[in-house]
Amino acid sequence: MTTPPVLEVQGVTKAYGEAEVLSGVDLAVREHEAVALIGASGSGKSTLLRCIDLLEEIDDGDVLLDGDVITDPSVDPVQVRRRLAMVFQAFNLFPHLSVLDNILLAPSRAHGMSKGEATESARELLRRFGLAERESAYPDRLSGGQQQRVAIVRALATRPRALLLDEITSALDPELVGEVLEVVRELKDEGMTMLIATHEMGFARDVANEVCFLHEGRILERGAPEQVLSDPQQPETQRFLRRLLSAGRV
Amino acid sequence: MLDGFWLDVRIFLVVEVAVLILGLIVALTRSSRAAAFFPFRMLAATYTDVFRGLPVILVIYLIGFGVPALELSGVPTDPVVLGAIALALCYAAYVAEVYRAGIESVHPSQTSAALSLGLTPVQSTRHVILPQAIRRVIPPLLNDFIALTKDVALISILGPLEAFRQAQIAASSTFNYTPLLAAAVLYLAVTIPLARLVDHFTARDRLLRSAGAAV
Repeated sequence: MTTPPVLEVQGVTKAYGEAEVLSGVDLAVREHEAVALIGASGSGKSTLLRCIDLLEEIDDGDVLLDGDVITDPSVDPVQVRRRLAMVFQAFNLFPHLSVLDNILLAPSRAHGMSKGEATESARELLRRFGLAERESAYPDRLSGGQQQRVAIVRALATRPRALLLDEITSALDPELVGEVLEVVRELKDEGMTMLIATHEMGFARDVANEVCFLHEGRILERGAPEQVLSDPQQPETQRFLRRLLSAGRV
Repeated sequence: MLDGFWLDVRIFLVVEVAVLILGLIVALTRSSRAAAFFPFRMLAATYTDVFRGLPVILVIYLIGFGVPALELSGVPTDPVVLGAIALALCYAAYVAEVYRAGIESVHPSQTSAALSLGLTPVQSTRHVILPQAIRRVIPPLLNDFIALTKDVALISILGPLEAFRQAQIAASSTFNYTPLLAAAVLYLAVTIPLARLVDHFTARDRLLRSAGAAV
């Protein structure tokens, strides 16, 4: 018997009123793998991630976590979200809490860790990612890159089964993108399972085991990064990559 | 008259605490999203509409004279208590709207982040949304406090001998308006420091915002 993928998306549809955002998406992320979602803004990448984290309700289809259906109405979304973690484009740090308290809130309130244990592992993570000196700073005193690294640490502190990354470098100044992507590369090397919505094609090529091109709520093309990014078969994928190329983003 | 003013201060303090608590409950009810809360949301909305839409003096009259007239057992008839209840009901409706504006000013992405970390909706409101919301509404809340300190004088229509009432009695027995002026000074002694406090918080808020924007 093979173990089921960590995350599996089966025929998921989602509409906001008349506008269909996801029109039957299938996807699997296996343990220790990273899947990159690429596609234009509005193609449904963020919505898909939010649906997986149960921040949005899907209209049809199923999402499975370790083989369990999590999108069933009988499933407590809070318990599911405790097994996953998400990092957002705009960091979404809590501005009224220090860096350390941002990180400690969930482990101590939602994950039943003792304050001591949670603090110790939070400090360890901050040290690893070069943020040890900033633990008592408030988010608005940090650079964008530092804020996003804190947000990643905050997500990791809940010891998630898989990490959902929602265009985590799109709100950063170009010179700050590298430090954040470096963190994700490290996580990948350690075997973190990740689903990554991104506009950074070079990064997707480096890190992802599979790249999925999302267009108008469907995955039009998928495969190994070299194949999808260097030799796309679908005209829509070709057009999307050409546009990125002419914008100097590849 | 100082005795009377001390009564004003005590009424103000008790009513203020009641208003802060009741207002918060109403605001949280109105801001809740859960479908099961629908009837409570309607109730809270009706409450704020009614009590913001009535003159405070009318509510004080209705409760202060109306409730004792019903001759219900176990219901307070003390005009101070009834007046305080009437004031609390009126002001909690305003304060609820202030809280609600604060809650709604916190970007929904904060809720997303809190939920994605595994917090329950209640924990997310308690630890993430409310601390930010309340910080933002401290100046308008203090403004409502100032209005409340003055409106405590309206309870005098029910008879309690608070400062304004005593000043009125003294003035009408001597045909001398000095007692009313003295009462005015007493009120200003409370409301002006409160107004400075509002300025202080507003200025601090502005400072924090600009410091945040500079980074």
